[in-house]
Amino acid sequence: MPGLKQTGLNLYRWFDRRLGLAKPITEAAEHPIPKSSSSWWYVFGSAATVILVLQVMTGILLALVYTPTARDAWNSLNFLNHDLTLGWFLRALHGWGSDFMIAIVLIHMAQVFMFGAYKFPRELTWMVGVFLLLMTLAMAFTGQVLRFDQDAYWGLGIGASIMGRVPWIGSKLVHFMLGGPIIGATTVSRFFTLHVFVIPGILIALVGVHVWMVLRLGINEWPMPGRLVRRSTYMQEYEAEIHKDGIPFVPDAAWKDALFAAAILLGIMACALFFGPIGPTGPPDPTIIQTVPKPDFPFLWIYALFALMPPKLETPILLIAPVVVICIMLALPLYAGEGEKHWSRRPVAVLMVTVIAVSLAIFTQLASKAPWSPVMNAWSADAVQPKFLKGRTPLERHGAIVFQQMQCRNCHSLDGVGGQRGPELDRVATRMTENQMIRQVLQGGGNMPAYGSALSPQQTTALVRFLETMHGSERPAQENSQ
Amino acid sequence: MNDPSEYSRRKFLFKISLLVNGAVGAVLAVPVLGYVLGPILKRNQSYNYWVPVGNLEQFPAGETRMGQYRNPDGTPADGQTRNLPCWVRHIANNQFQVFAINCAHMECPVHWFPASKLFMCPCHGGVYYENGAVAAGPPPRGLYEYKYKVVGNQLMIWAGELPTLSTEASIARPGRSPCQG
Repeated sequence: MPGLKQTGLNLYRWFDRRLGLAKPITEAAEHPIPKSSSSWWYVFGSAATVILVLQVMTGILLALVYTPTARDAWNSLNFLNHDLTLGWFLRALHGWGSDFMIAIVLIHMAQVFMFGAYKFPRELTWMVGVFLLLMTLAMAFTGQVLRFDQDAYWGLGIGASIMGRVPWIGSKLVHFMLGGPIIGATTVSRFFTLHVFVIPGILIALVGVHVWMVLRLGINEWPMPGRLVRRSTYMQEYEAEIHKDGIPFVPDAAWKDALFAAAILLGIMACALFFGPIGPTGPPDPTIIQTVPKPDFPFLWIYALFALMPPKLETPILLIAPVVVICIMLALPLYAGEGEKHWSRRPVAVLMVTVIAVSLAIFTQLASKAPWSPVMNAWSADAVQPKFLKGRTPLERHGAIVFQQMQCRNCHSLDGVGGQRGPELDRVATRMTENQMIRQVLQGGGNMPAYGSALSPQQTTALVRFLETMHGSERPAQENSQ
Repeated sequence: MNDPSEYSRRKFLFKISLLVNGAVGAVLAVPVLGYVLGPILKRNQSYNYWVPVGNLEQFPAGETRMGQYRNPDGTPADGQTRNLPCWVRHIANNQFQVFAINCAHMECPVHWFPASKLFMCPCHGGVYYENGAVAAGPPPRGLYEYKYKVVGNQLMIWAGELPTLSTEASIARPGRSPCQG
């Protein structure tokens, strides 16, 4: 055995004499950090890096089978899901890894912001981090396109629509994004190139720069209220702190990073195992229009914004807001590079993180229900409930049939069943008089189409008579003159 | 300042070598950029051709039916994505309106509901009347409309690219409904 150990040591020395990497790697691993920074709050950055490695590995394995053409991509995804041993699990790992990655990156960013870690001298680390967030989101979007199903196909349409709104060069941008005049093979292959070569290349390079700066500038110390960052004195204070009671990153702090990363990997594996791969939904055949396209979870909030923004402001907001937001994020450490780090002394920062987190959650929740969309099959799937037909005259019942046939329920619900685009109509007669209902049905308005050309006078009369019975036990609305 | 090593022959040659490299790089960039920017160097509308969407019998007068065409521009790897649908409204006497399937808001596929004579979009709640005018929701304009002609028994449309706000289909926007004021 001693002979074997000696041989191993000799081999190691042979390589290191030529590579010379042992010393710098050991120094980097053992670099001193403030004792206070050995915290469970400081584990998110390394976890994101570990997920990146998982994504690269699973991505390479998926690329062994995936076919990046508009004609074959969907079939190759189904082949992975159903025919290839554990292909479904690799797809699931990659898909859930993507969601975990975005979540961890966002948590990491919020933590860095709340702990004031972006302040001097770590401004550039933050700025590179902003680009890392953008690249992560770009990977999620291009990855969603490569899962080339109905959602991906129509999602590309949304991208094209945004490009088409750019003044002067809109059409050029649309063709550049699609790689041609329509969503097709050239579109899929260029999103494959972006997802597999271009963005990962940039991402890995930026991660290198980001980690290099973390090592060079040291990990942020635990913020203390009243301990201000000043450009003139910070470096000496930090040096003094790690000199006084600094600990080596490996092993004294790194075990927390390693344990957390392992927990996250287990979490991804559990989600992959229990929930399975994400999609694909229906085939990317544009002639199959029976679909309600929705983006993936990380982009649901944008989908909600598209529906809720005032239509007139939509194009300016779409084109200007992202630029403004990115500029603000990049400029943050330049504007607030000094001063207080502790959250208890930075109420505006706490408020901002809270408002942004709550807004994203609300928009995501709304988008998962999409109450603004007509329910396309409500009229054919859900009959008018019997309780709304009991005791009605033949004319009123005929009105219920008109109500059903004219797709009113795509947008209006009865007893909670149907669309939510318009108001529910269980008690419409308590809000509107007969004349008001006739006018609303025929002329539309208030975001309702006019049915004047689609309804005969008899149908209109029957429909409104039926709606007049919808007042529950309350008194129906009446004209003042009556 | 007067250090003669600042003006050595090697330094001069190094600067020349950088210049030569830059020049070669610039020459190399021309074909590379030409290749990458290929899709946007084509003129607007130059993707469009007359394509058949079906026989006239498929589109009875007074009704709106789905038509389908194979996009004129494409590659063999396009597969089914090159088969594109459109909505054909036969008004009467071979007078047609042919609408793009794409909602003018975010390109989602609009559905035709013959009873209420409305196109509805499943994404953000856009609704259009049978003549393509906006009835409700966020769309900034009416449905995109293709130029058409009748050749023999066939309905042809002038199409070839995904219609967006800056790459409109082949006809100017349809008028707004009189109800919209």
